[in-house]
Amino acid sequence: MLGLGAARLEADMNRLMALLFHQFIWKEKMEKLAHPSTRWLMWDSAQGVLDEQFMQLQQLQDESSPNFVSEVISIYFRESEKLLKNVRSLLSALHLIRTFVANWRVMFLSHRADRECTDYRKIGIHLNQLMGSSSSVGAKRVRTVCLAFRAASEHRSWSGCLRSLEVLEHEYCYLKTKLHELFQMEQQRVMAAGARHHPLLS
Amino acid sequence: MAFATETQFHVLAVDDSLLDRMLIERLLKTSSYQVTTVDSGSKALQILGLQDDQTNSPSVYSDQHDMEVNLIITDYCMPEMTGYDLLKKIKESSSLKDIPVVIMSSENVPSRINRCLEEGAEEFFLKPVQLSDMNRLKPHILKGKYKEQHQQEVLQDNSTTSSNNNSNKRKAMDDEISPEMTRPRLTSSVTVL
Repeated sequence: MLGLGAARLEADMNRLMALLFHQFIWKEKMEKLAHPSTRWLMWDSAQGVLDEQFMQLQQLQDESSPNFVSEVISIYFRESEKLLKNVRSLLSALHLIRTFVANWRVMFLSHRADRECTDYRKIGIHLNQLMGSSSSVGAKRVRTVCLAFRAASEHRSWSGCLRSLEVLEHEYCYLKTKLHELFQMEQQRVMAAGARHHPLLS
Repeated sequence: MAFATETQFHVLAVDDSLLDRMLIERLLKTSSYQVTTVDSGSKALQILGLQDDQTNSPSVYSDQHDMEVNLIITDYCMPEMTGYDLLKKIKESSSLKDIPVVIMSSENVPSRINRCLEEGAEEFFLKPVQLSDMNRLKPHILKGKYKEQHQQEVLQDNSTTSSNNNSNKRKAMDDEISPEMTRPRLTSSVTVL
């Protein structure tokens, strides 16, 4: 009776994990997930929000480091938001240059080229950082969007960059929301079960 | 060859990303290594006692001349001093050149990998680094220890005349190391040198 709430939460968490590892939830797979030994069955994660690296983080969590995953993810969120903010302002600055220089073309042409170059390069550097940290935590989709974004910045395509930024922010938001849900459910489950172990440990 | 307590080897990890430092520290600790992490090549050199730094940084232990490091694992892409630059400086130093160095990178660039291996890096890990990669560190550490032991023996040789003794020691070390020696890990798309 004590475990009922916990068991339900655990099932919910499994559903959420399935969603994150693969976009589509298939019923048979869901039932398979209920069994611990197949819980981490990874099927084609081409569309997955998360990949195996996230599982690696979970494996590294133990009694000596019981909050490892949430600590790492918190840092990831903090750093990602800083990077996104920087990219956003660089893109705005680039937009200003575009519209401003349209009127003062001759005078500022060379300066514009230098400035644009620098700003696109800075965007590229930020994206590399975001790609690196996303790959380190298993944020697969975010990393994929960064790749496309980086290509747009290398081509100095402002509209390409803007579109990429929109998709990136959407993906990041989705990831953050889902991971927060996961951590919340875990806390509730631990309370409901009164248990010391949690299902994220293999 | 059972020891009551296993000696903990000390690894110095260098990475400018806080997140990656957390990860590598956890990976190493889980694999029973003692870990020190720094965020730049210059800090790494300071800790190793190589660089003369005028600024008083609270994070650097200036008296740590006897901080023994058995392996250095460093990120490749870092501002100011890259992992490659750090590798070069280590290999150029008489006191540090025998410490094994492993390079990590998030990008699979064959020319980069070859350059590092040619400069003396033991291995090249593709990020994200996995727990299984930690198993590849010990052979390099043991090789480093062997070199260190060998150097000490050479010094002994010069001051004593017991050459027979030394050849037996060397043999014992060989037996310890050879079963575990493996080729450097590279991705399948890269041809080994």
